[in-house]
Amino acid sequence: MITIQSFGFRGAAFLACLLLLQSACTRKNSQPQQTSPNRVLTAPTGATVSAEPEDGQWTMPAKNYASTRFSGLEDINTGNVASLKMAWSFSTGINRGHEAAPIIANNLMFVVTPFPNIVYALDLTQPGAPVKWKYEPNPLSSAQGVACCDVVNRGGVYSNGKFFFNTLDNNTIALDAASGKEIWKTKVGDINLGESITMAPLVVKDKVLVGNSGGEFGVRGWLTALNAADGKIVWRAYHTGPDADVLIGPNFHPYYPQDQGKELGVTSWPSDAWKIGGGTMWGWISYDPEQNLIFYGTGNPGPWNPDQRPGDNKWTCGIFARDVDTGDARWFYQFSPHDLHDYDGINEQILMDMPVNGQMRKVLVRPERNGHMYVIDRTNGQVLSANPFAYITSSKGVDLNTGRLIYNDEKKPEVGQVVREICPAAPGAKDWQPSAFSPKTGLMYVPHQNLCMDSEGLEANYIAGTPYVGANVRMYAGPGGNRGEFLAWDPVKNEKVWAVPENFPVWSGALVTAGDVVFYGTMDGWFKALDARNGTLLWQFKCGSGIIGQPVAYRGPDGKEYIAILAGVGGWSGAIVAGALDPRDATAALGFVGAMADLPNATTRGGMLYVFALP
Amino acid sequence: MCLRFLSLCVLALFVAGCAKHEPAAIAVTTVHQIPRPAGVLRVCADPNNLPFSNQRGEGFENKIAELLAQDLGERVEYTWWAQRRGFFRNTLKAGACDVVMGVPSGFEMALTTRPYYRSTYVFLSRKDRRLNVTSFDDPLLRKLRIGVPIIGDDQSNAPPAHALTRRNIVDNVRGYTLYGDYSQHDPPARIVDAVAKGDIDLAIVWGPLAGYFARQSRVPLAVVPVSPEIDQPFLPFVFDISMGVRRGDQDLRDQVEQVLEKRRAEIDRILSDYRVPRVDQEKGASGV
Repeated sequence: MITIQSFGFRGAAFLACLLLLQSACTRKNSQPQQTSPNRVLTAPTGATVSAEPEDGQWTMPAKNYASTRFSGLEDINTGNVASLKMAWSFSTGINRGHEAAPIIANNLMFVVTPFPNIVYALDLTQPGAPVKWKYEPNPLSSAQGVACCDVVNRGGVYSNGKFFFNTLDNNTIALDAASGKEIWKTKVGDINLGESITMAPLVVKDKVLVGNSGGEFGVRGWLTALNAADGKIVWRAYHTGPDADVLIGPNFHPYYPQDQGKELGVTSWPSDAWKIGGGTMWGWISYDPEQNLIFYGTGNPGPWNPDQRPGDNKWTCGIFARDVDTGDARWFYQFSPHDLHDYDGINEQILMDMPVNGQMRKVLVRPERNGHMYVIDRTNGQVLSANPFAYITSSKGVDLNTGRLIYNDEKKPEVGQVVREICPAAPGAKDWQPSAFSPKTGLMYVPHQNLCMDSEGLEANYIAGTPYVGANVRMYAGPGGNRGEFLAWDPVKNEKVWAVPENFPVWSGALVTAGDVVFYGTMDGWFKALDARNGTLLWQFKCGSGIIGQPVAYRGPDGKEYIAILAGVGGWSGAIVAGALDPRDATAALGFVGAMADLPNATTRGGMLYVFALP
Repeated sequence: MCLRFLSLCVLALFVAGCAKHEPAAIAVTTVHQIPRPAGVLRVCADPNNLPFSNQRGEGFENKIAELLAQDLGERVEYTWWAQRRGFFRNTLKAGACDVVMGVPSGFEMALTTRPYYRSTYVFLSRKDRRLNVTSFDDPLLRKLRIGVPIIGDDQSNAPPAHALTRRNIVDNVRGYTLYGDYSQHDPPARIVDAVAKGDIDLAIVWGPLAGYFARQSRVPLAVVPVSPEIDQPFLPFVFDISMGVRRGDQDLRDQVEQVLEKRRAEIDRILSDYRVPRVDQEKGASGV
């Protein structure tokens, strides 16, 4: 039995809360996101988000369709978080990067490990949360050889009695959440072609949404919808190629002229380069029930170098709005046309309504890899603003009339030429690590990195028997010398409110609660709680390994609020530890190792779940 | 001759350049000092990549590995892994095996032996087309349908693509990923099939791949070394190939080098059987 308490929001919301409380209690076994009446939470700044009533669970990595990663729980707050203690822990037994969010539903906690993608269900009703069931998908071991970067998994999702997740070797799997029994398993991609899956699926209505990874290997990116009941593929939208494949039809109305026209997914590439053009999808999807639209970004174009693929290379490095039932594209905006720097556009977008120039607008806010904080009208794809949230030299801003990113030609990397101080570096000002938004403070909490890179000459290399020379890329800390930063951003004022510099890139997600506490982890293993209003460090705990996971909050069967995080360093940034790379090989992991040579001194690998509560 | 020296210089520069950027202070070192099991030569190899190696032992690197093992008084044992990103990390550096049969000399991820052959990228076309393309500056390259291997490691690619782009030859160029479809045999060879089938007029590929599959092809194919050997700004098409052992494993490297020296004639014969185009054999200069 989940006890639900009132949320303690100020003002007249009390009655509404009682009503919501009642509705939450009466439908505790039904699917919350489908049946509940949403409420609107309004921040002091005027920004509002639509949110389901707080049920104490955490059924999807972003917590809700608006992707706020905001928990309405407030037992743990700025006044008492200093006494937070570890309640219990659980070892996953895996030594690779742990990027998943623990998922909590019906008093079970679900954990998906990196390859080999084992799922554990932990019984929260028992002392120490013992394993209730374990599911091993046994993915092909060759999947490890073809997967980019590290063999991470960003978690699963609970919906309507089922637990859904993806395996590195391209299977989407539905399990019976109570028993762990496999209900269906659908192969959606081909590992032999270089495809893999690392993202967490999103379930909207009766659809399970999944995209592929592997842009580095010349795959063609897509997002696909499976029927949640039986795993049958309902639609698939490619991100390069003919309109028919991209699901572009008469309802497609992009805001800017450069995105209007026929067959741009073919004509914005030389000859048939779109067939291996990348534009994969391994990040985050948000959903607006009112418009019945999903929003998600596409990865970088590949595998050609920029000068070998003249054109805008559509529909890579941009964002799509699609009808969730049919996959039909409604609008598209391209963050980085003709990408020069590996700026995948797969980051999260947070849906909110907020005043822009005195007018309430339905927007999505996206801290983008190219370093700009995009505020986009989610009804039509118009860019309302795009202010820098990080140090940028690779571009000179976004032209709000044309919507185009203004590249800095001096920072265009070219093979054989030395180009210094390209900022942000290839992982961008922010990579996949998701931000949070609090409707109480009105602030977004953005974990990100502060890295620049030099493309400086050539290095002998070797793939599948063929020798070649490639650009020798090195990354290093940007201005200030800190490689990471955790910042609070006011999307209405469009400015940074406070920021905490971090020595290493902040590669973990963020969580913010109604107790006005914001949580994140560092790559050297500190799990931190800050005051959401001013960034003051209130509590920290040293985990056994570096943190690149996603913190969550939930209410246990005992009525207490818990905070959970997976530690276990790895991923692209942590490959030097998880993959035991040689720190002398500065250009390994596409140059990331050079920036992380001291990480092995600061942490060791090992996947472990940590759960915290007040004593 | 001059160009060949230059090519060595270029490679030497890469090595020097890389060494220069080693981080200054490293407290944790990951050099593996792993004792080699007695009686076994542990080779890291791709199970599906002729003419180099495959699981049935049909590649020239398999044959040379047998020679090597004979002389070291050992038998060959393989660790199989697709030779793509992560290959060296997961095999040689992880200590799963001790020698990689072919790497570019001076390759950063291994300790390399003296080179045992030098090959070149080649123009590959059907003989019946009589194209006679020998240079990247041939105007015909603007009209032909050209295939090049692509790698897709960001900002890296095989040199033919760069040489063509520099000459503004883009629209008539088609990429064949070296990764290919790994469920098929020898995935990098699809570009050769495309020439034989007439999907493309000309391919520009690494010599050993072209030489071997041209020989296997039912359609007669012409294999012509590219020129220049080094294109502007610093783009070599000629590479010295060595064997690689783990960094720090000087002993094994020295032993392997002794065998390479002693068995040079047999190794040359194997390479010749597999039609590896050589550019190091004039005046008996093999293994410079």
